Amino acid sequence: MSTALLETQGLCKSFGALEVARSIDFRLEAGARQALIGPNGAGKTTFVNLLTGLLQPSGGRVLLEGEDVTRLAQAKRVKRGIARTFQINQLFRGLTVLENVCIAVAERLGAGGGMWRPAGRRTEVVEESTRLIGMLKLNDDAGRRVGELPYGRQRLVEIAIALGLNPRVLLLDEPAAGIPSAESHILLEAIAGLRKDIAVLIIEHDMDLVFRFAQRITVLVSGAIFAEGSPAEIAANREVRAVYLGSALDA
Amino acid sequence: MSTMLPAAIELARRHRLQWWEALPWAAGIAAFFLFPNYLAFGTQVLVTILFALSLDLVLGYAGIVTLGHAAFFGAGAYTVGMLAMHLGWTEPLSGLLAAALVAGAIGLVSGWVLLRTHGLTLLMLTLCTMALLEQAANMFSGWTGGFDGMPGLSFQPILGLFKFDVLFFRTQYLYALAVLLLCFVLVRMLVYSPFGRSLTGIRENLLRMHAVGAPVRARQVLAYAISAALAGVAGAVFVQATGYLNLAVLGLERAAGVLIILILGGYGRLYGAFAGAIVYLVLEHTLSKAYPTAWQLGLGLTLMLVALYARNGILGLGEALRRRWSAR
Repeated sequence: MSTALLETQGLCKSFGALEVARSIDFRLEAGARQALIGPNGAGKTTFVNLLTGLLQPSGGRVLLEGEDVTRLAQAKRVKRGIARTFQINQLFRGLTVLENVCIAVAERLGAGGGMWRPAGRRTEVVEESTRLIGMLKLNDDAGRRVGELPYGRQRLVEIAIALGLNPRVLLLDEPAAGIPSAESHILLEAIAGLRKDIAVLIIEHDMDLVFRFAQRITVLVSGAIFAEGSPAEIAANREVRAVYLGSALDA
Repeated sequence: MSTMLPAAIELARRHRLQWWEALPWAAGIAAFFLFPNYLAFGTQVLVTILFALSLDLVLGYAGIVTLGHAAFFGAGAYTVGMLAMHLGWTEPLSGLLAAALVAGAIGLVSGWVLLRTHGLTLLMLTLCTMALLEQAANMFSGWTGGFDGMPGLSFQPILGLFKFDVLFFRTQYLYALAVLLLCFVLVRMLVYSPFGRSLTGIRENLLRMHAVGAPVRARQVLAYAISAALAGVAGAVFVQATGYLNLAVLGLERAAGVLIILILGGYGRLYGAFAGAIVYLVLEHTLSKAYPTAWQLGLGLTLMLVALYARNGILGLGEALRRRWSAR
């Protein structure tokens, strides 16, 4: 088997007696458009936290292009191309939208520690941030403080920041949660506009969005992979329907 | 190039000097001519502004809460004091540099150890570091003068030209003003740089800062060390200007005082250090003259009013009033 872009082998995590990740073997290929679904408390966000290094696993390995990154700090993994969004917005609320994106872009371009030239004069950073802001239709809000924006718009800033890191692997933790349905197309278009070799993993409860977006779906239940396959396979899987989809699809 | 967003134009101009930024310096020079009898007090104000400014970099911008910043003021003070006393190294400018290096090094090492922690733990540990230094200064009295400190230090003229006069603080005042200006230019540059923005990012959202790949702790430690070096310079100017030092330069009273001053003036605003130091010291000076026994009551009441009605300090109050005015 070829090396996947991102892979986990026997990934485990427990908090005391509570096992939140049970020997997860997972693969994400370059260019994948994959969804991770499962009932609340299945351990989806924990899994993303293990992938990004926010949490250290109790066992198992995380591999990026076949290279072990299990012990690598979060920031180092970001440098290697793993970017994420958070389920609950994690933004610089007191700063403007433009500044929020600029901070991420500056870090990616290695300009984040510069001490001499003012931040606003780093044209390469500002231009790239401007482009991303345009891509997420945030132009009119660029000068506003993030804390003043409606929650849905803040969600888009969250995504602009992740894209500003120019990731090879993009992990989106419920990106559409809180975005009004009239605006969720902005999100989908932004993802559709990404380079084709970028792998995208999306955690989402909106099954419409999942089935429109994903070429492959992983179902996580109680910290373990329950099923994996194409959208058609997952939709036809009786057990998945019983555990999760049934209620979600009927709703 | 794509068309510039208004927000991008604003961002590119933000660091530019505003006309009112000349006012503190004009006032500083005017005070030199207007209050020739208060130059010793003025020097104390300038030193305190510099000290509070150094604290603003870590507390106001990087969001590192410390109650032990006098450790670095003291480190700088003892550096020039001990150099003068034991080695006869009394040249003031190289003394400043030495003080900055020693205080910065202590900041670097202690920051590297302490900044693994947050919040109250960090607060207590900064306090402990300061207490350790204070005790060390007390114990090694052969070097430091112990409890009595070092009275009667004298320093060479600045650049060989301007003599420190113990009775008239003309040289001291202008010297402190010049050092403050230089340090201020440095801090202002840092604050508007990407490094400064990233400190603000760390203050605003630590989780996100890690997730954009920023070396968070390295940035914090660096900011802490720079701030420590500036506090060390403030301590050094204090000793060079007054010609003495004692254990109080390292004490909790000084550390808490500068924290109160910064909060009073408004933190994270550069000029909060100026407003806070001036108001606090002028209040202290006038109240202690008028009510020698009960002056701290007046100071306490002022601080209570600020805590209740002006959370963002004097500058924050000014900003709120201006907003209200322009909203009319």
